Amino acid sequence: MIPEIGHFALILALLFAIAQAFFGLAGAARGQAAWMRASRSAVAGQSVFIAIAFGALAWSFIDKDFSVLYVATNSNSQLPIFYRIAAVWGAHEGSLLLWGLVLAGWSLAVTGLSTSLQPAFRSRVIGILGLISIGFLLFMLTTSNPFERLVPAAFEGRDLNPLLQDFALTIHPPILYAGYVGFSVAFAFACATLIEGRLDSAWARWTRPWTLAAWLFLSIGIALGSWWAYYELGWGGWWFWDPVENASFMPWLAGTALIHSLAVTEKRGLFKSWTILLAVSAFSLSLLGTFLVRSGVLVSVHAFATDPARGLFILVFLSIVIGGALLLYAWRAPGMKSAAGFELAARESFILFNNAFLVAALALILLGTLYPLFMDALELGKISVGPPYFNMVFMVPMLPLLLMLGIGMHTTWKRSRLQPLRNRLLGIAAVALVIALVAGAAVYGEIRPMATIGFVLALWVMGSSLMIPLARLRAGQALPGAVLGMAVAHFGVGVVTLGITGVQSFKIEQDVALAVGDAATIAGYDFRLTALRDVPGPNFVAVEADVLVSRDGETITTLHPQKRLYNSGGNPLTEAGIEVGAARDLFAALGEDLGGGRWSLRLQYKPLIRYIWLGALLIALGGGLAGLDRRYRRAAKAEPALDTASAEVT
Amino acid sequence: MIKQSLRYLVPAVLFGALVGFFFIGLQKDPSEIRSPLIGKSAPAFSLESLGDPAVRVGTADFAGRPWLLNVWATWCGGCRQEHETLLEIARENRVPMMGLNWRDERALALQWLAQLGNPYVSVAFDPEGRTAIDWGVYGAPETFLIGADGKVLHKQIGVMTPEIWRRDFLPLLAATEEGS
Repeated sequence: MIPEIGHFALILALLFAIAQAFFGLAGAARGQAAWMRASRSAVAGQSVFIAIAFGALAWSFIDKDFSVLYVATNSNSQLPIFYRIAAVWGAHEGSLLLWGLVLAGWSLAVTGLSTSLQPAFRSRVIGILGLISIGFLLFMLTTSNPFERLVPAAFEGRDLNPLLQDFALTIHPPILYAGYVGFSVAFAFACATLIEGRLDSAWARWTRPWTLAAWLFLSIGIALGSWWAYYELGWGGWWFWDPVENASFMPWLAGTALIHSLAVTEKRGLFKSWTILLAVSAFSLSLLGTFLVRSGVLVSVHAFATDPARGLFILVFLSIVIGGALLLYAWRAPGMKSAAGFELAARESFILFNNAFLVAALALILLGTLYPLFMDALELGKISVGPPYFNMVFMVPMLPLLLMLGIGMHTTWKRSRLQPLRNRLLGIAAVALVIALVAGAAVYGEIRPMATIGFVLALWVMGSSLMIPLARLRAGQALPGAVLGMAVAHFGVGVVTLGITGVQSFKIEQDVALAVGDAATIAGYDFRLTALRDVPGPNFVAVEADVLVSRDGETITTLHPQKRLYNSGGNPLTEAGIEVGAARDLFAALGEDLGGGRWSLRLQYKPLIRYIWLGALLIALGGGLAGLDRRYRRAAKAEPALDTASAEVT
Repeated sequence: MIKQSLRYLVPAVLFGALVGFFFIGLQKDPSEIRSPLIGKSAPAFSLESLGDPAVRVGTADFAGRPWLLNVWATWCGGCRQEHETLLEIARENRVPMMGLNWRDERALALQWLAQLGNPYVSVAFDPEGRTAIDWGVYGAPETFLIGADGKVLHKQIGVMTPEIWRRDFLPLLAATEEGS
């Protein structure tokens, strides 16, 4: 009964979404206040019924209702309750439902918080969000119904994909989706602007906090995914340039460019059509990511639902939403001319560079991700593009970007005088260089060109970011959220750079075969296999090893890597044993039983790797601080042309 | 002025092209991946013969000449479908074909060959699929062509047809025969 209620709620949600889209757009076009009100009520209706559907599916999991196909396929009576709830979004159908729920949440938030917008504009935004909801609900109901019954009911469920039975991965999808879907707000704002054909700085001011919020979630989501891959996949890698990772990273790059370009549009009324295009692109890339993951056009380790019928549906949906927005853009954007000028040394130039480098990296990553598809479609053979390509095309634009970032932060709009800052910036650069050389030589015993460049840039960005709040505090000036957020986020970029440079330059990985009692040494650390034992889990059995790590005879820790075999079958899973440290991680993963009491182990020394995720969190924190700036809250009332007090604020 | 405005159409046009590629991509089978074995030495094996557990058959039997390896099982519908073609290839008597009986039961497999005819010069018995893993087999039927130099020249995933044989296998076979 509960699953039928869920299914019915989904149908009702679709009807509400249709009402939301129709009354929202038609009401705005015909100036009918009653219709616009109806559209807003429909948002609430849609949200309520999606929530009911979601609750029904969650209940079916909690209740172990194996007469529901999706529940029987993705859970098991032995699965702990926490994972049974997380299993709701553990596969295709349920993750779409989660997507729909998140979209309804964003729509509700926009509707509730946009009372100060012009009624027609607000109504159009809500209508466009309704169109997107229609697409997802139709997709669910026609090709991916999570409430489909299994007749006869299964006695016992299969299990949730063991890879997903992990804390980070249970919270990863909701956060990632909050980011993906959050860009739909900027998208809807952009489309509504294009429909009306006029763009003022209020538009940019309105879009900024929403974009920052979505971008914040996406940043955390990506970092979580990377962290998970590091300790769960057993290879000790933190980024693989897998199509699905790229699918989340490309909207992030577009969103990052958008945040910066929105600042210019808001403050100076420049880059108008470019900003609109970025707003359309960020969400389009999110949808594209969904298409790539769900349709099976690209083979990936992550692609857990591949079905051509679903692929075709998403492709048609994608064409309507993105194609429609881009045609609207082609029609309206020529009318949005920006008239103001600026000097080369002004902040506008630096943001232009920022956008050019970010978009270049984005375009090359998109090309690399889709290249195998192009080759295949042109009958030129199946090929795959590997990490060397992606590392190169990402690093090349990032190096100048980091260099410019350290200067650009200190510039002002329209024209800048860098002269007074020159000495201090040169000082930071010199200190960065000295630390990089000395620390590189002292800690890692050698000076490598690429590592030195990376460390210098990291320290340069960190130092330059610190300078901003320090200078303000010393001068007794206020420190608005936007300025602090910018400094924190950019400091985080430096921290990420530090981590990437450290781990990529100085990591040591070694595969060894050890019997109990044997030891291997990497980077001065002795890894001794002291015991092997069988450990039972709730729905798996594991072999666990004790690996005693010591240095110069002094015990540091004992790692407990596991090899798990889930009762549901499938490949064994690696739970790495990791000793976390500020300077380095020590990592041991259990490989294969080689027979004769010997096991293969992968031992790794990962310097500075923690800073990658720490930096990512700082980046997200910076986004949060900037988004909560008071300016956005009072912006609702006033309609200032150019706010001089915060004119130097990004 | 019009030229200026056309600039703004570029994103839409690029996106249109992308959709075209996606559409073609959807028609393709993503499992159709070129085997990484192609151009590499065939993984050596020595297994029990299907007909007689005391006899060993394996890659060493064909040293110095081209041969075919066909992966099959009685539970596999596609294998039955391609059987007639395999018999035809065997009748041509141009290249010896070894069968790799994969995850199957000996009695059933022997009965199959007795009933439908035997296109293989020998059949290796791989009930647990260990050798098949080495060869990167992920479904039956699959057919490999191995050159005179012991390198894998081609892999056919799915049912063999006379067209595929003529189009994909014969030219490679002619080339390797010429080389040896």
